[in-house]
Parts: sequence; structure tokens; C-alpha cells
Amino acid sequence: MGIYLPIAEISVNVFVLLAMGAAVGFLSGMFGVGGGFLITPLLIFYNIPPAIAVATGANQVIASSFSGVLSHMKRGTLDFKLGGVLLAGGIVGSTGGIFVFAFLRRLGQLDLFISLLYVVLLGTVGGLMLVESVNALRATRSGAAPVLKKSGQHNWIHRLPLKMRFRASKLFVSVIPVLGLGAGIGFLSSIMGVGGGFIMVPALIYLLKVPTNVVIGTSLFQIIFTSAYTTLVHATTNQTVDVVLAFLLMAGGVAGAQYGAKAGQRLRGEQLRALLALLVLAVAIRLAIDLFVTPPNLYSLTATGLN
Amino acid sequence: MRGPKAFATAILLSLLAAAVPVKAQTPPVEGIQIGLSTDNVSITAGFSGADLTIFGSLENPDPLVARQGRYDVIVVLEGPPRPVVVRRKDRVLGVWVNLESETFENVPMSYSVATTRPLQDITEPNSYKQLSLGASNLYMQPADAGDNPATIEEFTAALRSRKTATGLYSENVGGVQFLSQNLFRATVRLAPNVPVGTHKARAFLFKSGVFIKESSAQLEIRKSGFEQSIFRVAHNYSFLYGVFAISLAMLTGWLGRVIFRKD
Repeated sequence: MGIYLPIAEISVNVFVLLAMGAAVGFLSGMFGVGGGFLITPLLIFYNIPPAIAVATGANQVIASSFSGVLSHMKRGTLDFKLGGVLLAGGIVGSTGGIFVFAFLRRLGQLDLFISLLYVVLLGTVGGLMLVESVNALRATRSGAAPVLKKSGQHNWIHRLPLKMRFRASKLFVSVIPVLGLGAGIGFLSSIMGVGGGFIMVPALIYLLKVPTNVVIGTSLFQIIFTSAYTTLVHATTNQTVDVVLAFLLMAGGVAGAQYGAKAGQRLRGEQLRALLALLVLAVAIRLAIDLFVTPPNLYSLTATGLN
Repeated sequence: MRGPKAFATAILLSLLAAAVPVKAQTPPVEGIQIGLSTDNVSITAGFSGADLTIFGSLENPDPLVARQGRYDVIVVLEGPPRPVVVRRKDRVLGVWVNLESETFENVPMSYSVATTRPLQDITEPNSYKQLSLGASNLYMQPADAGDNPATIEEFTAALRSRKTATGLYSENVGGVQFLSQNLFRATVRLAPNVPVGTHKARAFLFKSGVFIKESSAQLEIRKSGFEQSIFRVAHNYSFLYGVFAISLAMLTGWLGRVIFRKD
């Protein structure tokens, strides 16, 4: 069944989009990530213009994050204060990102920049995760007890000034890295259409030493607001949010997420991480190939003036 | 001295013409008229292209010329003009990057032509150029006329070929048919991605390869339906639209949890 997307201005198949949302929702439920980093490239592969894929991806992330935060709030695994400080940084980063986005779009370099950013980030994160999880798998196979890295109680981050106490996370840390992390994620959110959970979660655990149980809830909490802000700014400055497209993805996504969460409980942590790493790398490689393959049309047209 | 004489002759001729129109020495000047059955067309979201029929008539056709088929008509439906940036990708360290670009002013977003015969059989390439008629003769005005002429030519060609490839510039040879000596019907194609806005229908009359007259009419193409309302809201009330998109996402997230809750 075809449907015409009002903002993307192309006809697409409803079932393909629902399936895409469900598949990504399944994976995000399984791995506990927002899924924005999968949705946006998938939309680009499906010929949705990158500018629209990014803005709509940000919109879709709100739904899955909101649904996740509700359950974390109930369990009390959410640090509102830490989330608030991350968010303050996020708003600044996101605003900067929107300007860069509009500027690159005028230059005609937006599509390239989005692809490059995806290839670099997904390639790095996927590669690191793969190495880590394969090592963990080997260690458990050889029978050795998994050695948890002794987290150095005081790394350079903990020597920065302007310390603040975060009770729910049992943390006393400078606000500078927290704001910086928030800003970085906000910037990526507006340019890549991702929530940024796949960077936020490891950064909170390894850099700020936030207890693992509050990490996902807190990360999701700040992602809701950063992506909401990103969606709003994209809608007002670039008019690139397609609600019909976003709704189809969300509808598939929230349903898929529940089954994914169930399936995820049956797999072990390092197996899950290895699978996710492979998936992330696959997306990165696919995007990288597109950068190098000779495009069918070397020339492209952009009508300016009225959008 | 010449002025008054010519004036007098003209008066004499017109008197003669008024008195005995049929036997006048100068043949009456042919004219052309086109009519559209409607001045606006609404297309829905699922629009997959269509043919638009335009009727027209010749005024004062010479029966002999008409019988020999030496009248030719070219009908053009021209979309609203917009500035267009044409970009060319080049390899930089193996990666394809948009490098050079050229901006053109007032490029018709669409351009559909219907003709009685193949363009090259109707008249000389030069007269097409002068009339800026036909997708391949349409004058594309560069925003910066100081650019290298070779570059401008290259990007003009690219612009035309991309427009043709996407179906926005099309040619329908034989799309104009004479129904009688002075009545004709033209069929121009509307591409599925036809731009909305004011389109201009123009008809050109040629007699034995010589351009005689042009006539034009306007046509409004708009999109209608649910999707178009969304598009309008997104552009005119973008802040509210953004708030709506966020609320919709939160509602969907909440509903998803209510429906599938596990804890």
C-alpha cells in the first residue's frame, strides 16, 4: 500500500516503513538503545532525502525514549539532576548543530557530511564494541573469571573544578565534563538525527563512572528533551520533519521494542554486544561504500528560493 | 516624404479590405488562440502523472496552406520559474564530493512540449533559439554571467538532461493534432512530480517554417488533500507543527507502553 509523504514529497510503501520501524524497535528493545543511528541510515537507503531522514529520525527517537523513561521512572533508576545538567549542555550543542546543518545544506555538502559522520562514528563505536565483546567472549570460554577493569578512582575528569553532587548517582563530579558531554550529544542529535545513547551510555559509565543501573534511564531522559528540541528547531528552521513518516516508524517501533526486549533477555550480555557491534559496523560499511562508488548521476539539481 | 505616402497607402488598403475583404490583395494575417477548460487543476497526493489536453484554433488560416499541411503548432506548458543550483560531484581522495556548482535564474520547474511534427522538421534551429523554444533551446540564465562560458554550457546541458531524466522536461511529438482546418488539440504531459504553482500554456504558430504568432493562457496547478494540508501547516505554522510532532511522538511512546506493558 503506497502512501505519499507530505514533506519528503515521495510515495513510499506503508508496510516497508512499518517493518523498518518494527525491526529497529526490536533491535532497540533487545540492545537497550534508541535506534536513531539505525533509522536514519535506513531511511537514506530507502531514498528519503538525508535532511528529512535526520529531522524525522530525531522525532521518532522521542517516542522510543519516552516509552523507556516511563518504565525507568517507575523503577527509580533515573537521576533527574544529572539528566538536567546533561540537558542544559544538550540544548547548546543542538542549537549549534542546527546552524551547522542549515549552513552545510546551503553549501550542498550536507549529505556528504552526514554520511561521513555516520561512517566515522559508527565505525569507531562498532569497532571498539566488537573488540571488547570478542575479548569478553574468549575470556568466558577459556573459563577465566571476567576481570573487571579496576576503575581508577580519580582520573583527570575528577580533578576539574566546579564540582556538583548528584545524589541518585552517588557522584561528586565537576559539571564541565557533564555539560560538555551533553553538548556533544546535542550536536550529533541535530546533525545525525540520533538520540546519542550509543555514545552517551559508554561515556557515562567509563568517563563519569555513573552506576550502570541509572545510566540508561538518565540517558533516555535527556535524549527525550534533546531530540524534542532538535525536532522543534528542525521543524521551524528547515521544515524537514515529516510527521507521517515519523508516525509510521514509531508505530512499528513501539510494538517491535517489546518483542526485542523479551528476546534480549535470552541472550548473554557479551553476545548481545557482539551482535550489536556487527550490526553497527555493517551500517557503517554500507554507508562508506556509497561514498566511494561512482554515483549514477554526477550532477544534482537544487531549487532554491521557496522551499 | 515617405511617411505620409505610406500612411495613405495603408488607409487605402484598409478601405479596400473593408469594402471587398475576400478579394483583398494582402492575405489576412493568421492568428492562434488557445483555451483551457479550467484555470486551475487540483492534483491529489497519489498523482501519478496525467495528460493535459489544450484546445486551440487558427484564425484566418489559408485553406491552401492548411491542405498542404504547412501550418505547424507547438504548444508548451511551462512550470513556475525558480532559481536552481546545479552541482557536480568529483572525486576527492576517492570520495565523491559536490565541488563545482552553477546557479541559474528563472529556470522553469517543468517544461512539456507538444508538437505537430518533430521539432527539426518545423523550423530552423536558429528560430528556436530566438524564441527560446523547446527544452534543448530554452535559454538558461546564469546568475553569474561572468563565469567561464564552457562551464556554463556544461552545467546548462546537465540541467536539461537531469530535468528530462526526471520527466519534468518532456516532448510529445505528434501531440498536436488538427481536428479540422482551424481547430487543433494539444496533449501535454504532466509529470508525477509536476510542481505546484502558476503554469503558463503557450502556443506557437508556424507557417512553412516561419514563426507567425504566439498566444498564451495561465493555469494554476495545486495539490489538494490531507498531505497537502500537512505540507502547508509545516511551512506556515512550523512552530506549532513541531510541537505537534513532539506530542505525537510522546503519545505514541506512552500508548506503546500502556498496550504492551510488562511491569
